Amino acid sequence: MSEGTRLENANPVIFQRSGDRVQTASEEDEDVHDPIDDREIFDLIRSINDPEHPLSLEELNVVEQLRVKVNDAESTVGVEFTPTIPHCSMATLIGLSIKVKLLRSLPDRFKIDVCITPGTHASEEAVNKQLADKERVAAALENASLLEVVNQCLSTRSI
Amino acid sequence: MAADSTLALSLVEEFVSGLQDSKAKDAAKGVKDGKFTVLQLVEALGSSLTSSQPHTRARGVLLLSEVLQECYGELTEREVEVLIAFYENRLKDHYVVTPPVLKGLKELTKCTNLPPGSAVSMLRSVFQDIHVQSLMLSERACVYSMLINIMETREAELKGLGADFVFGFVQSMDGERDPRNLLLAFQIAKNLIHRGYDLGKFTEELFEVTSCYFPIDFSPPPNDPHGITREELVQALRAVLTGTPKFAEFLLPLLIEKLDSDVQSAKLDSLQTLAACVSQYEHKHVAEFLQGLWTAVRREVFQTSSERIESAGLAALTALTSCLSRSVLSSDSEDSLSTFLDFILTDCKHHLCEPDLKLVWPSAKLLQAACSASTRASHIITAAVMPSLLEQYNNRTQCSHRRTLLEVVQRFIHSVKNCQSSDNDESVFLAFREALCSIVFSALSESNSSLQITATSVLTSLAQQAGLLLESDIELALDHLTRLLLTEEDDRVSLAVVQCAGALAQLHPALVISKLIPRLKKEMFTEPMNQDQGEASELHSHHAVRQRCLSALAAVSIQPSVVQESTPVLLEVLRSAHTGDVSFSVDEVVLTCRSLQRIAEQVQDTEEAGRCFHNVVIPRLLSLALQAGLQGEGSSGAPSPLVEEVVLSAMVPVISTSCSRLQPTLVGQTASRAVSLFLDGDVSFLPDNSFPSHMQLLKKQEGDSWSLSQLVCLLMGSVCSLPRSVEVPQIDKLLSALEEMSCTCSHPLSYTSAAKCFAGLVNKKPQGDSLDSLIQRTMTRVCSELDSPSSSVRTQAFTLMIWVSKALLLRYHPLFTTLTDKLFSLLDDAGLGPMAADGFSLLMSDSTDVLNRACHADVRIMYRQRFFSENSAKLVQGFNAAPQEKKPNYLKALSNIVNKLPKQVQVTELPALLSLLLEALSCPDQDIHLSTLSCLEPVLVNPPQVLIQQLEALINRLLALICSPAMSVRIASLSCISALSYFPVHEVLPFRARVLRALAKPLDDKKRLVRREAVQARGEWFLLGSPGGR
Repeated sequence: MSEGTRLENANPVIFQRSGDRVQTASEEDEDVHDPIDDREIFDLIRSINDPEHPLSLEELNVVEQLRVKVNDAESTVGVEFTPTIPHCSMATLIGLSIKVKLLRSLPDRFKIDVCITPGTHASEEAVNKQLADKERVAAALENASLLEVVNQCLSTRSI
Repeated sequence: MAADSTLALSLVEEFVSGLQDSKAKDAAKGVKDGKFTVLQLVEALGSSLTSSQPHTRARGVLLLSEVLQECYGELTEREVEVLIAFYENRLKDHYVVTPPVLKGLKELTKCTNLPPGSAVSMLRSVFQDIHVQSLMLSERACVYSMLINIMETREAELKGLGADFVFGFVQSMDGERDPRNLLLAFQIAKNLIHRGYDLGKFTEELFEVTSCYFPIDFSPPPNDPHGITREELVQALRAVLTGTPKFAEFLLPLLIEKLDSDVQSAKLDSLQTLAACVSQYEHKHVAEFLQGLWTAVRREVFQTSSERIESAGLAALTALTSCLSRSVLSSDSEDSLSTFLDFILTDCKHHLCEPDLKLVWPSAKLLQAACSASTRASHIITAAVMPSLLEQYNNRTQCSHRRTLLEVVQRFIHSVKNCQSSDNDESVFLAFREALCSIVFSALSESNSSLQITATSVLTSLAQQAGLLLESDIELALDHLTRLLLTEEDDRVSLAVVQCAGALAQLHPALVISKLIPRLKKEMFTEPMNQDQGEASELHSHHAVRQRCLSALAAVSIQPSVVQESTPVLLEVLRSAHTGDVSFSVDEVVLTCRSLQRIAEQVQDTEEAGRCFHNVVIPRLLSLALQAGLQGEGSSGAPSPLVEEVVLSAMVPVISTSCSRLQPTLVGQTASRAVSLFLDGDVSFLPDNSFPSHMQLLKKQEGDSWSLSQLVCLLMGSVCSLPRSVEVPQIDKLLSALEEMSCTCSHPLSYTSAAKCFAGLVNKKPQGDSLDSLIQRTMTRVCSELDSPSSSVRTQAFTLMIWVSKALLLRYHPLFTTLTDKLFSLLDDAGLGPMAADGFSLLMSDSTDVLNRACHADVRIMYRQRFFSENSAKLVQGFNAAPQEKKPNYLKALSNIVNKLPKQVQVTELPALLSLLLEALSCPDQDIHLSTLSCLEPVLVNPPQVLIQQLEALINRLLALICSPAMSVRIASLSCISALSYFPVHEVLPFRARVLRALAKPLDDKKRLVRREAVQARGEWFLLGSPGGR
């Protein structure tokens, strides 16, 4: 973002962050197998930074836990995200960030599907198609400037 | 005499022509020793002072000045007068002569016997003949020091000089650039202002010449030897600018202008200066700038970019308002306070009513800042704001809006609390009492938990307003709190409720006693309904209610009168648990003990409270424990929960806290009762006295029964936490009984407690032969047990030894070294080796129940470092010499020691031990892994060079550990790997691919906590060396 470009949505509504996951006794038990669940996937992506605002995707309500579906046994993950406005030009970038975060954070047995919540974006289909295309995602990550923005979204905020 | 004048002559010759600087010292010494006088020296200087060469003259004056520097204190008034006349005259000389002349004058100003009038004439000539700013830095400093010196000693004369002095100073500092000199100049200006010099018509000049430096923009050069900081300059200048109301008309416009600056530090400095200056001003000084100041402050708070600026702005607003409130009004002037508050109200009030509440916080903060300035301001503002806030609250339906409004109200109440003085004004909120109570109670009845939490804090603030709430209001509040306590499941709510109840109990103990405590008691003693077929969840919620009641009882018990009512309830719980009248789980019994402990920690230390604990609580506890112990021995039915180890361990801190902090006079009595109970079986002080006589609690029990022998931990609680002024009766008998018990008993809690009790007493026993022989005796016994491999009580002997070592280590007792040597030798022992290694962790860590500062133990500072520095070499040596199968013991001991060292010490000591620690990472013991990793982790934040050199080895070992069977080891190693990614990039980048590959595996770990750590680490390593990453 160069200085002076107008933000598309300069004053977004901010949502409350959910607290850290409550640690249960079974999580501390060596012998219990904890399956990968929706909340765990949500925890992976909720702290991703928005490309435009100093806010996380969770605070902007771009990602919600109920739009995360995971099946540990069948090794599939489905995430739907909701751009803040229907014409958001950052939708692809946000989707890419989510996808990259999941690729880096999940075992490679998982099939990862990231798409826009139906009916919330003008060019929904095009974006979904881009995100589903392995080749295009790989190619995008070869692009240094794109990778730079994605990495910035994935950096832990230093506040 | 003639010889002396030749000496002076030769010194002058060598200094002036020979350019030997050291001769000045010799000349000064000559004057001091009385070999020649200063005037003789001047005579000797004659030819050089009259030389046609300016440099020779300068050299001559320099010699004289340097001599004066050494011996200005010994000059007579006559000499001073002559010298001043001479120096004043020399000021007119060639410019190269000026520096030494100024130096000489500066030395002369230090003389105590300056002739009258000479200071003034000196200054006149300096101001007349010298243009200060064309001098070099050190000469300018000379002039300033002169001024400072004269101002110290000749204040009256200088004031006689009138405004000329100020003018002269203004001229001489005008254009000064060096921070060192500025500090001096600011000091002079501050003296001018604060000591009441007549500024005359030069007020504005003085302001101009100093204010041109505002705001200070200075960053010291790196490695600055003078150590001047920006903060020093800022403070010095601020003292000048804010010193007098005469500057008001110049300063305030300047501040308004600088507040508009883009530089953050300028804004901050302006706001802080504003807050500082108005404390001196009256309303007439600020009246015409009010609008401008308000606009500037409002802008800073509304559009704030940093919290510091915001809080500085609010502080300035408070200061300004209190300046206006302070002023006495004359009949014809307008009330500037109400004018000013009108500005604030017009600009801020409407934001409180906007539908989206977006600017509500900054507006509220501004209003509250003004509100907190004075009672009058708070009356005006609350009268204007509260009605609309209350109305808003009632009209809104969204919980989040209501909460925001409630928080705003709370801040208002809080800000008024700050300003209310001790005089018995009626509370500002009296008019709103009813409305406030009703919104608080309605919020408490809502189902939204954050609203409830906010309401409790409003309630607390309201209760703290003296004389506001009626008794009936408090009663109603307590009803609400009780209801929430009994029904609300949310932990945050019950925490807030408990805190609020605690605050109310401080202020209204009587009502809490009559309303709250009986309710809680009743609730705790009801059995859960239909116990047999009761569902697990119901039992669980009943447990939670009891738990909340217990913590509420603890929280309200701060006033002794409340404690007198609450402790019987808790004791009753313990009694019923013991007899089984009402069933309480072991958990609940432990929580009851914790509540008692908390009360002992927080109750005001009054006689009443002390009696309650020493005469009621402790005897009750001992009696119940004894009953349970006796019963445990005989009966075959369900054992009393009071024989459980967790319960006893929870009782110990109740006893030790009350013995360590409540009423030292009563403590002695408790201690002697406890000792006579345990030594002589004296049960006369216990309630419910139906005990067999002649119990021998410290002797070996029949059939080695543990239920009575373990009670020794209660003895430990009382005798080991006495203040050192209280003596333990029959100490020698007690010590030998304890030693006997700890060496013979077979029940772990019993022998450990006996050993701890023994150690606690040894730690406090006064230095001397009796202590030494006691230790020797114990050592002999312990060693003989330890040295016979067939002995059945080696563990016991070892336990006693390790606790005694700790007691001696803490007080730096010289006999400690013999014990350490024994301990080191045990690391090679087949049976006790691992235990000895664990013992080091006990030595180095703080113990919770004995041998800590709260128990008044003799704990020297830095005993851990001392132990480490004395013994680390021994340990390394032992490690190298040990056979392979014993090495893990050494590694474990080492990591136990290093782990407990303060982080700063770890970081400096680690490089030497690094190879050993790396070794520890590859040995098979998981505990060693864990403690070594926890030593390593803090060091990785700031890696020393040694560590970077060993990076390859470190990464190999860490990556091996992420497959460890222990989950905690996996987590710790992953977090170390994550920390490694912050090492210098060029060092770790070569490992990136390998680490990323290795980290793929733990992403699929079966434990979620491990996966979380792995995700974190892998994310960091992905960012390493990648565009946009690091």
